[in-house]
Amino acid sequence: MLRADFDRNLKLLQDDLIELGNLVGQAITQAMDALKNRDLAASQRVVAEDDVIDQKRFELEDQCIDLIATQQPIAIDLRTLMAVLHISVELERVGDYAEGIAKVTLMMGDEPASKPLFDLPLLADKASDMLGRSLDALILRDAGAAEQVCEDDDQVDNLYKKVYRELLTDMTRDPKSIRRATYLLWVAHDLERIADRATNIAERVIFLVTGKLPGVNQS
Amino acid sequence: MVDGSAAVRAIDLSVYYGSNQVISGVNLDVARHKITAIIGPSGSGKSTLLRCFNRMNDLIPSFRMSGQVLFEGRDLYAPDVDPTEIRYQVGMVFQRPNPFPKSIFDNVAFGPRINGFHGDLEALVEQSLRRAALFDEVKDRLKSSALTLSGGQQQRLCIARALAVRPRVILMDEPCSSLDPMATLAIEELMRELSEDYSIVIVTHNMQQAARVSDFTAFLMGDEKRVAELIEFDETRQIFTNPADERTEAYITGRFG
Repeated sequence: MLRADFDRNLKLLQDDLIELGNLVGQAITQAMDALKNRDLAASQRVVAEDDVIDQKRFELEDQCIDLIATQQPIAIDLRTLMAVLHISVELERVGDYAEGIAKVTLMMGDEPASKPLFDLPLLADKASDMLGRSLDALILRDAGAAEQVCEDDDQVDNLYKKVYRELLTDMTRDPKSIRRATYLLWVAHDLERIADRATNIAERVIFLVTGKLPGVNQS
Repeated sequence: MVDGSAAVRAIDLSVYYGSNQVISGVNLDVARHKITAIIGPSGSGKSTLLRCFNRMNDLIPSFRMSGQVLFEGRDLYAPDVDPTEIRYQVGMVFQRPNPFPKSIFDNVAFGPRINGFHGDLEALVEQSLRRAALFDEVKDRLKSSALTLSGGQQQRLCIARALAVRPRVILMDEPCSSLDPMATLAIEELMRELSEDYSIVIVTHNMQQAARVSDFTAFLMGDEKRVAELIEFDETRQIFTNPADERTEAYITGRFG
């Protein structure tokens, strides 16, 4: 087998990317749990962990640049490296949204835990699910599964609009809730953006498998 | 992909040496004023195919072919076609620079003189050397032996020599394989310039060179009996980003060959 060393490095690169994906997935879960449980210490940990995520993203970029410079990748190898590069940036941004949710919990401070979170947990579940499936599609090189992720983004958008309306209604009904509802609106927005990033990742998987970028006609 | 105005067109072209078939059923259009690269493993018939385009294979006694090669729509192998005349119109540059042991000037003037050129020979030589991006380097020593030039300069001299007989197509068989990286880049740059006025076909085992310099890429590969087929022919960008055939992908990504 020619290029066994290069193949091994490509495999390691993908393993590192998936590891970054797992870290980011955990960050979302932990940030949401901390929000539900009013757990400030856990929120602080999510904020601190984001530095690790940022660091890993740059390490991945560095590995990609190394391989591009030394191996002159083309065809599937080039598409793999470009996909890893883009997906690592998307994941890093998802990490920032998880951090954003954790910071909201910190800002809300000692608000009682009993107050409703509307559909935010459901929104978080859906966004996390899309993120997980986009990474599964990457591992399996499954363009069909990736397309499904892109299609599911509409569901998240609709749910986000519903949460938005409910939060506005809440603010109108009880001006004392405005501060808290505004914070929750930020969380909803972060979650909606996570689903968008998952969609971007899925598009990169489609590119990796088929060589096609959305909206770019190829002969 | 390539329209009807192909400079050279191979139609169902098969080649045999004696009883051995070496190329099977190639259909390929060489686009006008574009660079077409032919890539493939060693022994995959790249040079044989290239040499069909100006009847260089005629010189091999056991050579036989079926199918057609059209040069600007004309059957290259029709009985009334003079192979010598074809080789002026379809010029060739070889792997190792092969200047004649004559002066720089006489090398370039050689073809036109044989052809009975009656115009301004000095102007033609200068123009050809300029087109080959060599004139400024040799203008003060046109009477010196061509053999005093560096390898890269000799190869550009050979290109100037081919240009002097005003070809339509230039065939290049591994033109940079004996050159260093800088001389190679100079030839590649020259090819891009020349493709504005000439149709160029280059055989190369350097895939990065094919990727850098060509507009279209043809991938040839031998089957288990070592009979070469055209596996894939497409725009170079497509071949090197998303080839359709997995054999092409395996070859260009270095997984075999």
